[in-house]
Amino acid sequence: MTGRKQTSISYRNSKNKLVYILVCTLSFLSMLPLFFILWEVVSRGYKNFNLQLFTEVAPSSMDAMLAHANNEPIPGGILNGITGSILIVGVAILLTIPLGLLIGIYLSENSQKRFAKLVSYLTDLLQGMPSIVIGIIAYAWVVKPFGGYSALAGSVALTIMMLPMVVRSTEETLKMLPRSYKEAGLALGSSYINVVFKILIPSGFGGIFTGILLSISRVMGETAPLMLTALGATIVNWNVMQPTSAMPLLIWDFYNDPNLVDLIWSTSLLLLIIIFLLNWLAKIVARKWKI
Amino acid sequence: MENIENTGREPILKLNSVSVSYVAGKNAVNEVSADIYPNTITAIMGPSGCGKSTLLRAINRMHDLYPNVKTMGEIFLKGKNVLQMNPMEVRRLAGMVFQQPNPFPTMSIYDNVLAGYSLNGIRLSKKEKDDIVEQSLISVALWDEVKEVMSKRGSFLSGGQQQRLCIARTLALKPEVLLMDEPTSALDPISTNKIEELLLDLKTKYTILIVTHNMSQAARISDNSMFMYLGDLIEYGDTRQMFTKPKNKKTEEYLTGVFG
Repeated sequence: MTGRKQTSISYRNSKNKLVYILVCTLSFLSMLPLFFILWEVVSRGYKNFNLQLFTEVAPSSMDAMLAHANNEPIPGGILNGITGSILIVGVAILLTIPLGLLIGIYLSENSQKRFAKLVSYLTDLLQGMPSIVIGIIAYAWVVKPFGGYSALAGSVALTIMMLPMVVRSTEETLKMLPRSYKEAGLALGSSYINVVFKILIPSGFGGIFTGILLSISRVMGETAPLMLTALGATIVNWNVMQPTSAMPLLIWDFYNDPNLVDLIWSTSLLLLIIIFLLNWLAKIVARKWKI
Repeated sequence: MENIENTGREPILKLNSVSVSYVAGKNAVNEVSADIYPNTITAIMGPSGCGKSTLLRAINRMHDLYPNVKTMGEIFLKGKNVLQMNPMEVRRLAGMVFQQPNPFPTMSIYDNVLAGYSLNGIRLSKKEKDDIVEQSLISVALWDEVKEVMSKRGSFLSGGQQQRLCIARTLALKPEVLLMDEPTSALDPISTNKIEELLLDLKTKYTILIVTHNMSQAARISDNSMFMYLGDLIEYGDTRQMFTKPKNKKTEEYLTGVFG
């Protein structure tokens, strides 16, 4: 009896070890692609990653060709893409936050209502919507009626993409707060709306803000919906009603122009850095404002 | 229905056939009638699920939060029927302290005391604010412990201090009645002792209803006790008398630990 027990324990131990090694190996393998991507982007992108990248607009194909012929580095940077991304994503943030917060509050406070369940389901569907379809929608809703490509149209497309994430994170964060916060606020004679905006939202700030940051990092690199809406521009533009460039749009432009290929990598590098920073910031916020 | 004899004073709180149901046709609190007199501590005792918290929460209309909960009967607070008043007004007159200390996590200690005012949009001068905060914290014996750390978050304090802060937050609005739902069950014995002393002290200004699981706590601090069982108010009377000579057999069984 005892003998059998011991063999089974040593068998279990070795089985444990084997599975453990397998899990570690597979985890490492699944991370390899990320390392390769990083290596590729950094090693090719660092050459053009200089001050000029931030201070000058994208060069014309002709200038780049001449530079190539003289064996000089490509002139110009991606300033129009950086400012465009700031404009388009910035307006999208302004549109998303109030809308996303309100829907999230509604869903968390009325989760049993049939309409809330429907909205919740539709939010999930929206999350899975192909970005190119959203681009077409924004084209039909904004570009067509306003008679031209614009940063605003791009922002509308990105808003539709950010919305599900902000709604979900707001809803989930508020649902996690102890019910006693809400009850304590109401027990002090407060109105419902004041409890929501003065207690629940500030208490859930960490989770909600994290959701907003992650949604920004998600749309920062979106290209397809912007092609149909913001179109792109060779100059720095701050007018929301004008066509505007963005970093991912520039990468696409550079890809299509053999003379500008070198700039693909430095732009990608910058985009990756921004997205990593946003994710890192989201982690800090989530930790710092944890309740 | 048992009731304590009228001592010539007007009851501050009058419960008249109060019933509460979570599910239609099934009363969690069944036809409870009782008069509660000012400046007394009334303990509501009974085994789990007997409806004591449910009864307490009916008084400040907390059941309004959950649409399926129905409150029936009449509750008079200083002669006005609570069930026909604006719930916000009721809740300012009947402050509530919860089982878990729940200072608002994003507010400082100072702001927590004033939360009732800021949430109700009442503007106060700096002087008024300082006075209210100081008075409220003195009355819960927390002032000396926190006066140097006013700007820290409420969660910075220990559990017992947090609960006293929550009592101060309620007192800041100068309510008529204090409803306490097992306020010490999440606290250690020393903090519990402090809160009990505090309640005896607060009795001079307020009327206190306290739901408690702890029979010795009821015996220590309350003037009158209610014993509830399966939604019914079995016995209500002078605490000393109830603990020495209970009128009802069920009360006696509960107090002697036959069930509970």
